[in-house]
Amino acid sequence: MSLSQSAAQADDLPPPVEASKWTRARITGVVLLAIWALLGLGIVLFLVSSWNPELFRRYAPNYLSGLWVTVQIVVISTLAGAVLSVPIAIGRRSKNRIIAALAYAYVYFFRGTPLLAQTFLIYYGLGSFRPELQAIGLWGFFREAWYCAIFAFTLNTAAYQAEILRGAVESVGRGQWEAAAALGLSRFQTLRKIVLPQALLVALRSYGNEVILMIKGSAIVAIITVYDLMGETRRAYSRTFDFQTYIWAALIYLSLVEFLRIATDRMERRLTRHLRR
Amino acid sequence: MQQLTRLAGSEVTIEINAFVAGMIALGAVFSAYASEVFVSAFRAIPRGQYEGAYAIGLSPWLTMRLVILPQLIRLALPGLSNLWLILLKETSLVSVIGLADIVRQTGIAARVTKEAFLFFGIACLLYLILAVLSSFVLSAIERRVSLSGAVR
Repeated sequence: MSLSQSAAQADDLPPPVEASKWTRARITGVVLLAIWALLGLGIVLFLVSSWNPELFRRYAPNYLSGLWVTVQIVVISTLAGAVLSVPIAIGRRSKNRIIAALAYAYVYFFRGTPLLAQTFLIYYGLGSFRPELQAIGLWGFFREAWYCAIFAFTLNTAAYQAEILRGAVESVGRGQWEAAAALGLSRFQTLRKIVLPQALLVALRSYGNEVILMIKGSAIVAIITVYDLMGETRRAYSRTFDFQTYIWAALIYLSLVEFLRIATDRMERRLTRHLRR
Repeated sequence: MQQLTRLAGSEVTIEINAFVAGMIALGAVFSAYASEVFVSAFRAIPRGQYEGAYAIGLSPWLTMRLVILPQLIRLALPGLSNLWLILLKETSLVSVIGLADIVRQTGIAARVTKEAFLFFGIACLLYLILAVLSSFVLSAIERRVSLSGAVR
């Protein structure tokens, strides 16, 4: 009895796990991985073999100052864009048809055209209005490539941030507004104390992505003669014709972005700890 | 992204032309983003689909072609169409490595005629028109794909 029972149990047991076989898919995967690893190793080896202390001593300060310019551009235009995005987001939600259409057109234009074309439009294009700009005393501002770049980036990121903000505010349920109204809070109080704290949690990740996009996009200013990290790299390359200059720039951008990604991850984990179980 | 374009461009222009260099760089960037979209689409397909296909005796290849891919396309299309619009804008970067795209031609025209604002405005409008057209096409494809399926 007990014997047949245990035999029946043995039948019910799952079959023993087979040792993984070298199927065709697995071999292909390993080969592809090996190719990638070799490519990565090749870049590292190239960097090690072409390591030149003289070059490093000469151009490292330039890279640092370029990095500082990049950080400045990104920080200033992201903050200014955040301020500018508030009225646009409000306009997008406005009940007035004309205001809503204008805000939508703004967002559509800046999200639908390349950042490079926008930067050129402002840097080269506003030059056509030189007499008018001089008349209102703004020419000094638009003459400098640096200010033009920040202006273009601010307008661009404002459009994206307005969409992020609008999406985040709309993600907060209507019930929150109604409950706050029932408690007798004014609309502004509701927005500041109830809706925004919840909306910004939702928006945090998107904001992080937007800053990362800005960092990568800021390389464009090198074309309009601002010496940011990319500009310094181009200058170093044009002097040395050493290809490693670009690899170093890529590594710096990569570590900047990675740092930001980790920072937003940490921030999100810290800020949403009340939502975790 | 841009340094990638430059990376390929500056290394390669010596041997092959800028068009191929730009294409390789943009293709590499696009493939990185697209692979992320595909990975998340693959993850969204439940294991049961594979097991069900195995149970009715489909080979791995047939499982992929008849069961997984039709669902995968529906899941990946929104992400891919987003990427398409981003790529459309990113192509403007190839003008930096000397390709005669919209931005470069505009720059030449602007330099000759001194009407920079007009020409760059037209360039922006061209990009907008391309974006509008392709979003029409993409939403048509999306509608076509989602019509043929059941409600998820």
